[in-house]
Amino acid sequence: MAKLSADIPKLVEHFGPSLSRIPAGGWADTREDDKLVKTHCCFCGQQCGIQLRVRENKIIGFEPWEDFPFNRGKLCPKGVKRYMQDEHPDRLKSPLQRVQDKGFVPVGWDAALDRVVSEIRRIQETYGKDSFAILTGASLTNEKAYLMGKFARVALQTANIDYNGRLCMVSAGTASKKVFGIDRSGNPWSDIVAADVILVAGANIAECAPITTDYIWRARDRGAKLIVIDPRMTPIARNADLYIPVRPGGDIGVFNGMLHVMIKRGWIDQDYISKHTIGFEEVARTVEKYTPEYAARIAGVPASMIVRAAELFGPAKTSFVMHARGIEHHSKGVENCIAMMSLALATGRLGREGCGYAMITGQGNGQGGREQGQKCDQLPGNRKIDDPEARRYIAGVWDVPESSIPGKGLSAVPLMEAIHSGKIKGLISICFNPVVSLPDANFTREALGKLEFYTAIDFFLSETAQHADIVLAGSLMEEDEGTTTNVEGRVIRHRKVVSPPEGAWEDWKILLELARRLGKGNKFDYAGPREIFDELRVASKGSVSDYYGMTWDRIDENNGLFWPCPSLDHPGTPRLYEDGKFGHPDGKAHFIPVEWRPSVEMPDEEYPIILTTGRVVSHFLSGTQTRRIGALVDQTSEPFCEMHPQLATKLGIADCDFVKVESRRGHVVVHAKVVKTIRPDTVFVPYHWPHDRSANNMTIRALDPQSEIPEFKICAVRVMKAERPIDPIAKLEVQAGGIR
Amino acid sequence: MTNGEFFIDYSRCIGCEACVQACGECDTHRGVSMIHLETIERRDSVQTAPQICMHCEDPICAQVCPADAIKKTPDGVVQSSLKPRCIGCSNCVMSCPFGVPKYQIDIDQMMKCDMCYDRTSVGKKPMCATVCPSGALTFTTMQDIQRTRQGVPVNEWRFGVEIVRTKVYVMVPKEVTRVDVDLVQIATTAAALPPDPYDVALMLES
Ligand code: SF4
Ligand code: SF4
Ligand code: SF4
Repeated sequence: MAKLSADIPKLVEHFGPSLSRIPAGGWADTREDDKLVKTHCCFCGQQCGIQLRVRENKIIGFEPWEDFPFNRGKLCPKGVKRYMQDEHPDRLKSPLQRVQDKGFVPVGWDAALDRVVSEIRRIQETYGKDSFAILTGASLTNEKAYLMGKFARVALQTANIDYNGRLCMVSAGTASKKVFGIDRSGNPWSDIVAADVILVAGANIAECAPITTDYIWRARDRGAKLIVIDPRMTPIARNADLYIPVRPGGDIGVFNGMLHVMIKRGWIDQDYISKHTIGFEEVARTVEKYTPEYAARIAGVPASMIVRAAELFGPAKTSFVMHARGIEHHSKGVENCIAMMSLALATGRLGREGCGYAMITGQGNGQGGREQGQKCDQLPGNRKIDDPEARRYIAGVWDVPESSIPGKGLSAVPLMEAIHSGKIKGLISICFNPVVSLPDANFTREALGKLEFYTAIDFFLSETAQHADIVLAGSLMEEDEGTTTNVEGRVIRHRKVVSPPEGAWEDWKILLELARRLGKGNKFDYAGPREIFDELRVASKGSVSDYYGMTWDRIDENNGLFWPCPSLDHPGTPRLYEDGKFGHPDGKAHFIPVEWRPSVEMPDEEYPIILTTGRVVSHFLSGTQTRRIGALVDQTSEPFCEMHPQLATKLGIADCDFVKVESRRGHVVVHAKVVKTIRPDTVFVPYHWPHDRSANNMTIRALDPQSEIPEFKICAVRVMKAERPIDPIAKLEVQAGGIR
Repeated sequence: MTNGEFFIDYSRCIGCEACVQACGECDTHRGVSMIHLETIERRDSVQTAPQICMHCEDPICAQVCPADAIKKTPDGVVQSSLKPRCIGCSNCVMSCPFGVPKYQIDIDQMMKCDMCYDRTSVGKKPMCATVCPSGALTFTTMQDIQRTRQGVPVNEWRFGVEIVRTKVYVMVPKEVTRVDVDLVQIATTAAALPPDPYDVALMLES
């Protein structure tokens, strides 16, 4: 496959994104006999409880689920409108086959699956097992995540499987494992409310984790102080007691500077440090030089702000520290997180009511998706794939020879690079839209064009699936059942609300059928997701993220269970690190010193402005789902370039002007949004849109060496006034990448 | 109707529009949202403010309606216009001090927030106040709000010389007992304005 099978406007005409605006069957009064099914929203890691309203196997609306403890009926606009993705005109209802110059034609399941299997065989026989890769997603249920990892290692025996959580939780996860020995938020969200000071860095909570707002405001009702660190004044920053408009990439300046002041003023817990941690002396030596003035130069903010942050945070009795992608999407993402964790650790404020630490997951199953073995370096139960004991154990669970399990494969970006360089020739993807979500989108498009064979499992034809040879029509979250693990580490149940439309299959059935045709059917003999979960429980037994004691019934009865939950009578573990016990073999937390270093691409004369990217509240990730829901598209219909009036004046740009934002790798033309709520040296473009509206046209393929997360949060651009674009892409509907 | 009361706390609002999206989902609204989310001045700040109908004790919209199309229920909820009566004159639209009623041209009728009467009359909470993730819109008991919030609820407004009492409460700082709304001179010169509290560039200079 060399190029798209038809030009983009033609593909859009047939497959959307088009907009769904009214419920199936039109607006109708609720009826007594409507079925309300308790399940969860799939559009972020908070996994709010929601009841979907069903009539005649169609989802026609929703009703808040006020008894679910996490969100108590609250929802963001994505949750309110998520039911509109059902009965959608763009829904794929049969496998598709690519026909050059024509686009796609429907094809029967037998023919589609045979073709996929024969291409897998041909490519693996010709170029070796690892030449066929799998890209998966962190919005899959635990059951599917587990199945994908096993499918790669057992059915394909390829090392090359990775997931889009690589763009999400890996920096936080790596740092958390290194410092605390466990990769999970340390506390249930109820602990936020009991904190006296809340420190939030790089997390646009109002838009990306809206329900968490309620927890923070409830803490403030008790008198808690709020500190927000972000280059943009986000909606929660408006109410903060201290808002620090950090320069993108300057976070370590704030954290090390705060610790410096806290040590000087004696606001650390020496007793806790000596009893429950190692390595503090070296961290203390490192932050010695981070005087407020030195730290301020790195952070790009007045020194007084860093001192004030230390004064608010240091002496508090209880505190909660939380971060998200803003500090994690960096070539030093892991180090950013480590520096922030040191603040919680040095004060000993962990593992108690009101004292904790959390990383805010982004994707639907951001937590569980990274535990079940679909990462390139991981087996189920968060086990390392190069750990001989882990390999033996999992080989036993899977009933395969240990030696048949491949070793560590490539992570998402190097995997795309291996496709580009011709090392990887075949690809299966599910729940991943790399054309929109990977950095340096032009490179990704080029790479996909080099594949000999690509099959995508999807329910809508995503911008990446447009490149496929065969598309397999899979299932929406509500058309299948399983579990996810929410932002707190709480494992919850997604119920099957309706069946997939005729002609589409549950994803797990597709995988089982592929495995059977590859001659591995006996290793994938499940009646359904419940049986997959039961195997997952065994596979995770004895691991850090132990699900063994959970059953679907127990999860239902308890409104979710927190891991680790090692036995059937175990209540689960909402709060980690109680009594200063950490996940490392020595039981202690490990302080790690970190020094600030520059980002990979700093602004210069040619590209003098910093670009940072992120999300808006009405869209989810690459927009495959939310760009098909009318109300959400109306709320935010196009990306924009947020810039400070000072910068706008310098560039001769007025609010709403068309502007070209351009890096060394690519550009977009979008409308300018001139606002005083952003640093004057930085512009912001949200990334949910495709093609010429894709923020990732500009972002850089630079990775954190430890987590291999891309540096989405900083690259160098120039911005200039532009003419209204009139090319065929610009004329598309806005949800498809057009501009008005 | 439940013994809940409606409380608005503008300071909590994060502008997410969950309320706007959810309001349209009510049986009686059929996709049309009755709540207004005001973005105060996006250039200067991220402040937003939700506006539902305040359900005045003595509703001006009903007083000025020549067709007597706006009714108040015994439990104090001011309803949308009655379809057979509403003549679409928009007197109510002009007179409401909170800017709530809207004339819907496609159905030639005034529609407004009816506090989700189909829900509240059967003991459920209004849609917007159930989903609002920040608690800017809350439907709960007076005791609960007094126990859990720092501000105090008030439901008395002064517009110039006119006093208006509403069913819906707003949360204000402790010392405030009434919201006084006066005309302000907006053509003030830039120099006379207070320094902009939300200008990030100014923060960096300090
Ligand atoms: S997107 Fe997240 S916050 Fe919004 S309703 Fe869904 S789970 Fe809740
Ligand atoms: S739902 Fe609540 S927080 Fe969101 S815009 Fe409406 S009032 Fe504001
Ligand atoms: S109370 Fe009901 S009708 Fe009124 S704004 Fe809220 S959701 Fe809409």
